[in-house]
This record gives sequence, structure tokens and C-alpha cells, in this order.
Amino acid sequence: MLLPAALVFLAFFIVPFGALLHVGAQGANGIGGFWLALTDPRHLESLVATLILSAVVTIATLILGGVCGLFLGRHHFPGHALLVSILTLPLAFPGVVVGFMIIMLAGRQGLVSEISLALHGGRIVFAYSVWGLFLGYLYFSIPRVVLTVMAAAAMLEASFEEAARSLGAKPARVFLDVTLPALKPALISAGALTFATSMGAFGTAFTLATRINVLPMMIYTDFTLTTDLSAVAALSLLLGLVSWVVLSLARGATGSGAAAG
Amino acid sequence: MSTHRRSGFWLQLGLTLLVCAFIAVPMGYSVLAGLMRNAFIGLRSGLTLEWVGQVLQLYWPTILLSVEIALLCLVATLLIGIPAAYALARAPGRLARLAEEALVLPVAVPGLATGLALVVAYDGWGGFRQSIWFILAGHVLFTLPFMLRAVLAVMSSADLRILEEGAASLGASFIRRFFDVVLPNCRTGILAGALTVITLSMGEFNLTWILHTPVTQTLPVALADAYASMRLEIGSAYTLVFFVLIVPLLLCLQRATRPQTARKRP
Repeated sequence: MLLPAALVFLAFFIVPFGALLHVGAQGANGIGGFWLALTDPRHLESLVATLILSAVVTIATLILGGVCGLFLGRHHFPGHALLVSILTLPLAFPGVVVGFMIIMLAGRQGLVSEISLALHGGRIVFAYSVWGLFLGYLYFSIPRVVLTVMAAAAMLEASFEEAARSLGAKPARVFLDVTLPALKPALISAGALTFATSMGAFGTAFTLATRINVLPMMIYTDFTLTTDLSAVAALSLLLGLVSWVVLSLARGATGSGAAAG
Repeated sequence: MSTHRRSGFWLQLGLTLLVCAFIAVPMGYSVLAGLMRNAFIGLRSGLTLEWVGQVLQLYWPTILLSVEIALLCLVATLLIGIPAAYALARAPGRLARLAEEALVLPVAVPGLATGLALVVAYDGWGGFRQSIWFILAGHVLFTLPFMLRAVLAVMSSADLRILEEGAASLGASFIRRFFDVVLPNCRTGILAGALTVITLSMGEFNLTWILHTPVTQTLPVALADAYASMRLEIGSAYTLVFFVLIVPLLLCLQRATRPQTARKRP
């Protein structure tokens, strides 16, 4: 009964990545092409930029999404369901739509631009800068973190926190010593998911057409411009490997699912 | 109730509302821009359905193709995923866990990388490469893990095993057990999986952008095209059409996956 699934996996995953590995080694420099691609300064710069961006996005999303998730997981009030719905909506938005949302927010005809024009006659536009990219990544990452943290917060034993409080612990102490450790698995898994998704995010950068060359954009540009696929193959494999390693490391700590946006 | 709510509560509520606004306000503004006669002038120009009409006229084939691929993808993941989940739930030991790890691998790898690998591998296969089956293959690969996990979660429950053993001891054949005991008891998992598959397939871009050809443009692919080459109102109206398709699906999905307690049968 496993056969059809195994065949799909073999034909559309194992064989293609095998082919990518094979084609990558067919360039002018053979197998050495892989190493050349990975050490190329342009590629290295893009790799470092993508790593930094993904790390910053992960930290910011964990803080923002963590607060929202913890809050919504613990408190119930009228309108609660609506807020949860809104926060999880972008879950299935393609990267291009997320990019467009940022353009609507901070683009040339965006909301921020119109408001700043009305207030003091100048247009503020930052959709196409690093900040636009950062906000876009935040936009598609928040739902995943909120969902994970909310589920964990709902399971949290309120009695532990009460016990700590009744023993005289200050709110900050309770949070650091009781709440945070209990949420740690959820935060690790949500963080890994955010990081991996950000590393591989393509549609958002594609729409915003930022000058910052994130790795997926660099791979895509190389793919459309060059015939020597060794660099494309090397960087694609590297990208896949990084995402997979980050997610499986986090899976050791928890056991939850993952989605690449 | 609100008397003993500390300032921390209001601070957290404020931040949560702010984050909600960050997500909802651009959506609302984009919907509005798709309905405005002239987005540059703003609401004063008046509202119109003209842009939505133009979008439907221009992009109807892409909408149809996306729906078609999503439905085919659903059928494929049901046919492939449910038996696979059953096999994994019943097979004991490390090998089954390893197989599960392998089958969900495509989700952990960025769509761009998978797309490039698929294109490189099947470049010579002209007919297949240019058909919608090529895109479908990518979508099935990417969505199968979600169906598998959703169904597996329900199938692994001890209750189902006992029910099935009971049916077997009463002489029910395997086919009978599978269709009369296993499937009906897994319907929550199957429903959640099905909604996830359709939603993800409808919105897939990273992989599809690499796989598509001019004759196989899906909605998100053509959306990217519209953003790059059409006026803002068209892009917004097209996004509005996408929202109309995807948001109800997402809301159903939220509903289907939320009540964790309801899944435990009395």
C-alpha cells in the first residue's frame, strides 16, 4: 500500500535531485564546479545576507508571534476567534501575494506613502528596501509561530504559574522560570520553521524585486541567465540541505510539521 | 472579570491587535484598490467592478487551471496518501518511521530547489514537461506529506486498532474493514488533509513558477505576471479574486483543525 507513495517520491524527488547532482558535475569544471560556486564571492555575499535576514526575521517573529500566541492561547474573550482567524490567514498566501501586500502597505502608491503625503507632503516608500523584505518575511512567518505557540500555551499548566506566584515570585521571574521553559519546544519548532521558510522564500523577494540578492533569487537569476548549471545545482542543493538540516534538528526537540512558503 | 486584569493584559492585547492590523490592513487596502475606479485618486474616484470583470476576462483560464490542478491533486493525494498512511500506521518499527521521514522530506526542501531539480530531470520529456501533469506532479509531491500526516495522526490512535481487530474477529474481510471501519473513523483527518491539500495547491507559487510554461499558467503564476506588468487596479482585483477563492478554504481549514477535543470520540 506504500508503493504508490514510494513511486511518487522516487520519480519526482530522488531522481530529480540525483539529476541535479549529475548535471551540476557536468559543467566546465566538473565536480570542482560545486566548490567554485560555493566559494564565489557573489554567492557567498548572498548566502550571508540570506542567513542574516532569516535569523533576524526568526527572532522578530518569535517575539511578536510568541506574545500573540501566548496571549490568545491563554485568554478567551469576545472576538477571540476573529483575531485568530486574521493572524492565521496568510498561511496559504503565495509569496507573491505577500510581496504585493507589502507593496500595498509601503509601496509607491501604498498606504504609508499616501498617509505621509497627506501629513507632510512627502511620500515614504520602503517596500523595495531591506525593510520591505523584512516585513514581507514577517508577514508570512507570523501565522506559523502564532499557531504553534497558541497550541502550546493552551496546554500550559496554569497551576505551575500560580504556585510560583503564590511562593512570591515576581511576574518576570514566573515568565522566565516557568512559562518560557514550558514553551521552549514550541518556540524551537516554530523558530526552525520560520528560519527554513525564510531561507527558501522566493515569491516575496521576486515581487518586491529588491536590490538585496537573497539566495533563492540569485539561484533563479543564474538559472535564467547561464547555461552552466553547476552553480545553480550547487546552490539549490545547499539551500535544500540547510532547510532540511534546520528542520530535522528542531524535530529532535519536538515533533511537529513544517511547510515551505 | 476585567477588574483583575493587569496592565500586562492590555499591553498584550494592544500588541496582538497591532499585529492583526499589520496582516489585515494591507489585505483590506488591496481589496479596496481592486474596486476603485482609479487607485491613484483614491475612493473619491468611486467604486467599480470593472477591474474584476477585466481580470475574469483576461485570466479565466488560469483560475480554471488552478482549480483543476487542486482537484486532481486532491484525488491523487487521497488515493496515494490514505493507503500509505494505513501502511505506516500498521507497520511497526524503525523502518516505517524512516519511510515516513522520507515521504515528508519534500516539505522540508524549498520549492525553488525541488522545481529546478524537476526541470533538470525532465527537460527532455517535451510532452510531459509542457503538460499540466508536470505541474501536478510537483503539487502532489509537495502536498502528499500534509495528507499523510493528517490521516496518520488519526489512524495511529489505539481506538481504531481495537475497532478494526473487533471487526476482524467477527469475520470482516480486509476490504470490508478498510471501507467500513477504518475510513469512516478517519474522516476528520481526511477532511483536514483534503482542505490543506486544496488550499496549498491553489496557492503554490515557488515550485509552480519554475515548472510552468506559457500554456500552463496557474493563478499565482499569472498573479506574479499581473503584478509586474499590469496597472495596480488589475493586480489588486486579481488578488481580490484569489482571496475570494482561498479565504473560505482557509476558514474551513481553521474550523476543521481547531476542535482538538472533539476528535476524541466518546
